[in-house]
Amino acid sequence: MRIVVVGGGPAGIRAVEQLVRAGVTPIWIEEGPDGGGRITQRPPPGFTRDHAALYGADAGRARRLHATLDAMKPRTDWRPDTLVWNIRPQDKVLHTLTNGAAQGEVAYDALILCTGAMDRVLPLPGWTLPGVTTLGGAQVALKSQGVGIGANPVLIGTGPLLWLTALQYAKAGAKPAAVLDTTDFLTKARFGAGMLWNLPTLLRGMGLFAQLKLRGVKLHEDITPLAIEGVDGVTAVHWRDAAWKEHVTPCDAVGMGWGLKPEAQLADLAGVPFDYDATQQNWVPRKDVAGRAPVAGVYLAGDGAGIGGVEVAELAGARAALAALGDAHLPSDMALTQHLDGRLRTERRFRKALEQAFPYPAKLAARMEDSTSVCRCEVITAGELRAAAAADAPEVNRAKAFSRVGMGRCQGRLCGTPAAAVLAKALSVEVPEVGRLRGQPPVKPVPLQQVG
Amino acid sequence: MIQADVLIVGGGGAGTSAALHLARRGVRVVLLERGLVGGQATGVNYGGVRQQGRHPAGIPLARKSREIWSRIRELTGSDVEFDPSGHLKLARSAADEAELLRWNTLAVEHGLRPRMIGRNAIRELYPHFSDVVIAGSLMEEDGSANPRLLAPALARAARKAGADIREGHAVTGLEHDGTDFRLLANGTRFAAPWLLNCAGFWGGEIARQFGEAVPIEKLHPNMLVTEPLPYFLRESLGVVGGGLYMRQIARGNIIFGGGRGESDAGITFTRPRPDAAFEVMRSAIAVIPRLEHAMVIRSWSGTDGTFADHFPVLGPSRTTPGLIHAFGFCGEGFQTGPGVGAVLSELVMDGVTDVPLEAFDIGRFTAAQIAV
Repeated sequence: MRIVVVGGGPAGIRAVEQLVRAGVTPIWIEEGPDGGGRITQRPPPGFTRDHAALYGADAGRARRLHATLDAMKPRTDWRPDTLVWNIRPQDKVLHTLTNGAAQGEVAYDALILCTGAMDRVLPLPGWTLPGVTTLGGAQVALKSQGVGIGANPVLIGTGPLLWLTALQYAKAGAKPAAVLDTTDFLTKARFGAGMLWNLPTLLRGMGLFAQLKLRGVKLHEDITPLAIEGVDGVTAVHWRDAAWKEHVTPCDAVGMGWGLKPEAQLADLAGVPFDYDATQQNWVPRKDVAGRAPVAGVYLAGDGAGIGGVEVAELAGARAALAALGDAHLPSDMALTQHLDGRLRTERRFRKALEQAFPYPAKLAARMEDSTSVCRCEVITAGELRAAAAADAPEVNRAKAFSRVGMGRCQGRLCGTPAAAVLAKALSVEVPEVGRLRGQPPVKPVPLQQVG
Repeated sequence: MIQADVLIVGGGGAGTSAALHLARRGVRVVLLERGLVGGQATGVNYGGVRQQGRHPAGIPLARKSREIWSRIRELTGSDVEFDPSGHLKLARSAADEAELLRWNTLAVEHGLRPRMIGRNAIRELYPHFSDVVIAGSLMEEDGSANPRLLAPALARAARKAGADIREGHAVTGLEHDGTDFRLLANGTRFAAPWLLNCAGFWGGEIARQFGEAVPIEKLHPNMLVTEPLPYFLRESLGVVGGGLYMRQIARGNIIFGGGRGESDAGITFTRPRPDAAFEVMRSAIAVIPRLEHAMVIRSWSGTDGTFADHFPVLGPSRTTPGLIHAFGFCGEGFQTGPGVGAVLSELVMDGVTDVPLEAFDIGRFTAAQIAV
């Protein structure tokens, strides 16, 4: 029984843990040099800041995950620095690239994809200036490289990651110039009750907010970002407050992010169908409650299977592994399965409220000025995308064919969400009606030159 | 029910061009396309506008089409990124060089003007090639266009000229009542005395329904594109024997391909094949060493129809009056699409065309071939 787990984040770690417990030695593939995930991103060896400083309220979780990660590596076929860039589901084969150079193939009987998520962005005038990064990127810089994106960054977006990043920067010695939240207080308050399904997490979130206030970080809600200013790099953020008063906040960097989207390209290439999740405002690969995809031998867990956060990722990773074991008639822990199913049900309720409390500002994306770049790889503006709509592009793949949006190096991972919002508005239809950009191999660029 | 003069099944280059040419002559034409126009072979191919290397029987059609390519902007209102940059076919052996010379002699008889580039000249003019390349033949009037834009541009122009182009209309019923063809698509009935079968690989199934089974096979191109590189390659490239074609677009990306992709039985998906991709990547670096540092950012495939003799089926049905076939262009239909549409319009309106079609006749297959 060849079980392959892709991803060494929280979902992957907990999946591997269950497989090893059942006596299986999985092949465990991680794109980075080490596992640990993004929110619990592991510092490189020799890094001296401790877990408490790095992860705050998540320090205990990070410590436990990293301990399991290290315990599991020698009990699996651990393959770090390895990108899975293609799947041939008909032959159950993965195509891999190790250390950016060596091509390889990995056959599987069962495949557990724990591929994580990335930030959703809202293109603004100036968002391609040096010094602008995603909130996720700002976090990774701090945790894995020990550097900040700036000493006085402006952080823009919405969601727990906005506050968390702000607090982490404040704790690391930076002075955030402002934290600009596009969601109004009432929306957050309205769905706050739903978050009682996970009281500790809700309290942690409120704690973040309180700590930011205590540290004197300026928080502004219900704002509209207008532009990122600068010539060779970021110098200020131009924004409008809830009372329509305009502000220019000087800064030396910008971190931005509006929630997350699944990194689900491998599920796509495996032939898994996708559904639009209106609460998350994301296209999500189809799976059952245990994580089984409707493609033979494919299981999905963690944020790559729909955004759920780190806690859900751990539960879902374990659950998917138990499903894979059960389907292969290998020993699986029935009591644990029942326990996980119950926890996942509760978490789904919490998550729904969280997503509603911090929505992606699709309306802002749709209203983007014609001159704003939507696709930064190919430098395609909102105006060019609207022209594509006028030239009979009823869905995003046709708009891509006409305008090149999503055709560049990132293959639409970054621009897919805002491009869909712009196109839908231009066509006067709802966002899901314009579909999603189809995945095409390679998932990330691969070199022409082959080694090994 | 919608009564027309001509029904066209398939919105690729041939179908949309036929719709445009017929509509311009005042014909009531309805085109039925199952997906979006240009979604299959016309939209996913390499984009070569190439006469070079074609079998002599195919040269008159390619020349007729090339003449239309010169007028593509006037005809459609879009340049579809047509760039007569030249097509350079490379020899990697003495035998290859002899093959180039042989074809060039033939081509001159058909009014084309290819030019040999010898061993010294090719070093001097194209320093980016490796020593593997020993000679080349340049067809200056060949080049490339953007495959994603051709069929939509032709369809828009056809609509403007009065054609009824219907996307999302899969044909689910198909018969001939002795006078008219009767089609059912997307819940609507259509009738006309003429039917143009421009359905690509699926054209084989339409022919079969009229008692003309053909030995058509699936052809899935294997296409890749790199990230943008500094611009250095003006001509579209091919090699003797096939297996590698390559061009660089103005923004720097190298589009290249070779070998075959794959699909599942029902063709619900088509994919490039990694082994074929590796092979073509090796070939590309062997010819242009600087590509060894390039990264592939995307690959794709699609579906065309092909025949063992490498000719399409183009011409009147042998069984059913009013039915004209134009399908199975063997991976070479992008350049000829606009010309095929013109030929089809002439067959309908004039009963004749100036392009010899004997080699493309649907009756050319033997019973043994069809049975396979």
